Amino acid sequence: MIPFKKISLYALLIFFTIVMMFPIVYAFLISFMQSGEVLEGNLWPSEFNFSNYQKAFEQVPLFKYLTNSFVVSITVTIGQLIVSSLAAYAFVFIPFKGRDIIFFLFISTMMIPWEATMIPNFFTVQNLGWLNSYAGLTIPFFALAFGTFLLRQHFKTIPKELHEAAQVSGVGRFRFFFHIVLPVSKSSLITLAIYSFLTTWNMYLWPLLITNDEKVRTVQIGIKQLQSQEVASEWGIVMAAVVIIIIPTLLLLYMSQKRLQKGLTQGAIK
Amino acid sequence: MKRKINKKRITRSSFGAGMLYLLPSILLFGIFLFYPMFKTLYLSLFWTDTQGNPVQYVGLENFMYLFESPSFMTSIKATLLFVLYTVPVGIVLALILALLANENVKGIGFFRTMFSSTIGMSVAASSVIWMLMYNPAIGIFNKILSAIHLPELQWLLDPDYALISVAISTIWMNTGFSFLILLGGLQNIDERLYENARIAGVGTWYKLRNITLPMLSPTLFFVVTVSIIGAFQSFGQIDILTGGGPMESTNVIVYAIYKDAFINYDVGLASAQAVLLFFCILFVTILQFKIGERRVHYQ
Repeated sequence: MIPFKKISLYALLIFFTIVMMFPIVYAFLISFMQSGEVLEGNLWPSEFNFSNYQKAFEQVPLFKYLTNSFVVSITVTIGQLIVSSLAAYAFVFIPFKGRDIIFFLFISTMMIPWEATMIPNFFTVQNLGWLNSYAGLTIPFFALAFGTFLLRQHFKTIPKELHEAAQVSGVGRFRFFFHIVLPVSKSSLITLAIYSFLTTWNMYLWPLLITNDEKVRTVQIGIKQLQSQEVASEWGIVMAAVVIIIIPTLLLLYMSQKRLQKGLTQGAIK
Repeated sequence: MKRKINKKRITRSSFGAGMLYLLPSILLFGIFLFYPMFKTLYLSLFWTDTQGNPVQYVGLENFMYLFESPSFMTSIKATLLFVLYTVPVGIVLALILALLANENVKGIGFFRTMFSSTIGMSVAASSVIWMLMYNPAIGIFNKILSAIHLPELQWLLDPDYALISVAISTIWMNTGFSFLILLGGLQNIDERLYENARIAGVGTWYKLRNITLPMLSPTLFFVVTVSIIGAFQSFGQIDILTGGGPMESTNVIVYAIYKDAFINYDVGLASAQAVLLFFCILFVTILQFKIGERRVHYQ
């Protein structure tokens, strides 16, 4: 490439990196500032110490919220993996009458915005006694059409003959599913797991609706609570909490960006 | 004859097995998606008590009320403006990032990772950060404005600027996702097309207009649809940044549904709005399928 072209490419890349990263870096810098420095509008903290981080854990039960978010996200991830992989297996390996209708049913779920169903869902969860519980935060999200389609794409690459041979030699369907299909589809399962974890960790509206105390409340609601308590003076503490809650998902993203890109593109186009 | 019976038995047994594997999904979709969707349609035709129980059948009265309510019209306007503010700019920005990050130069992996960062940022955390940046007294935006001798703005507190401010933060939040999908689309384009173009000696613009964009169009179209639907569903940033205000200027539809159902306890009215949201999104999705289908014939 011509040097001039290369230099301007790098200049643009760096410019957009600064634009995209600015809010994150800003939060990080503010998280080390005392309230006076924030009020002066400084951009660089006078010293880097972790007192705001310590205070964030003291002001709200941040540790409890983090634990809750981990429990909820991991439960939904496992639930979605199990439910989606079972469905995808049926769609690929078990031909039966009416399967196409059910497949269409799965597609149609993608046309229903979750927000249009939240009112009856709230009352359902209330009637089940699941308000303020992990069950209410997780079980409604176990079925996922996107996850089923993503896994189906991968399962389809497994030769049908292998399945037939297994059936002839008396290997049961579930054993085939568990010992052959799942292990060879490991990479798709991991992609789906990352996607599930990220979306669940970042969920906002549903936890806001069905939790009203700290017992199962997630960090996303916790940060809103902290922000509305502290907004007047202690931005440093609020930003420390922000940094704490974005670290798990940012790390996960940075470790898996390539894989996620491949998985999402596949799910998107096919 | 015997064969036939055998075959029938196999079909029946695989029906049972198939359903067994599909049962968890079907049950969950039934309880938490299809049933509540029909229930929402049903409730939208009723006056309800504060517990959400239907009290009196009123036909389309909830809808008539909505279309005569200035508050609902404000909400519709805010929602459509929000789509208009966020989608085109968001897509163009993500496309520029994807085109830049698709060049194979040293260290490009780092830039790709940075550009996709916002996927790891929750709406709540992002909104709290933007709230500080928009703060009229201490936020960075007013510092910049006053540094270049422009009048300071009230951002989220000004009815004329609040929706645009929320839209800017939303564009940032969504860029990572759109970028990643578009980059995937770019990388799927056949290298040979570019090889041929290079041999033919065509310019960068020509390549972009005649190879890249046409080949990318299915992906681009998908991203547009997802962005429109996402804009219709926005909630978290509104709840944290503005609470629907000032003067209802940011009271987008999902926020209006939330407020009517869970703060004003008017479940019937909220359901009617949810039904309208459903039809809007259905319309966009069907449009995607139709146009997506037509595109296949082009190729």
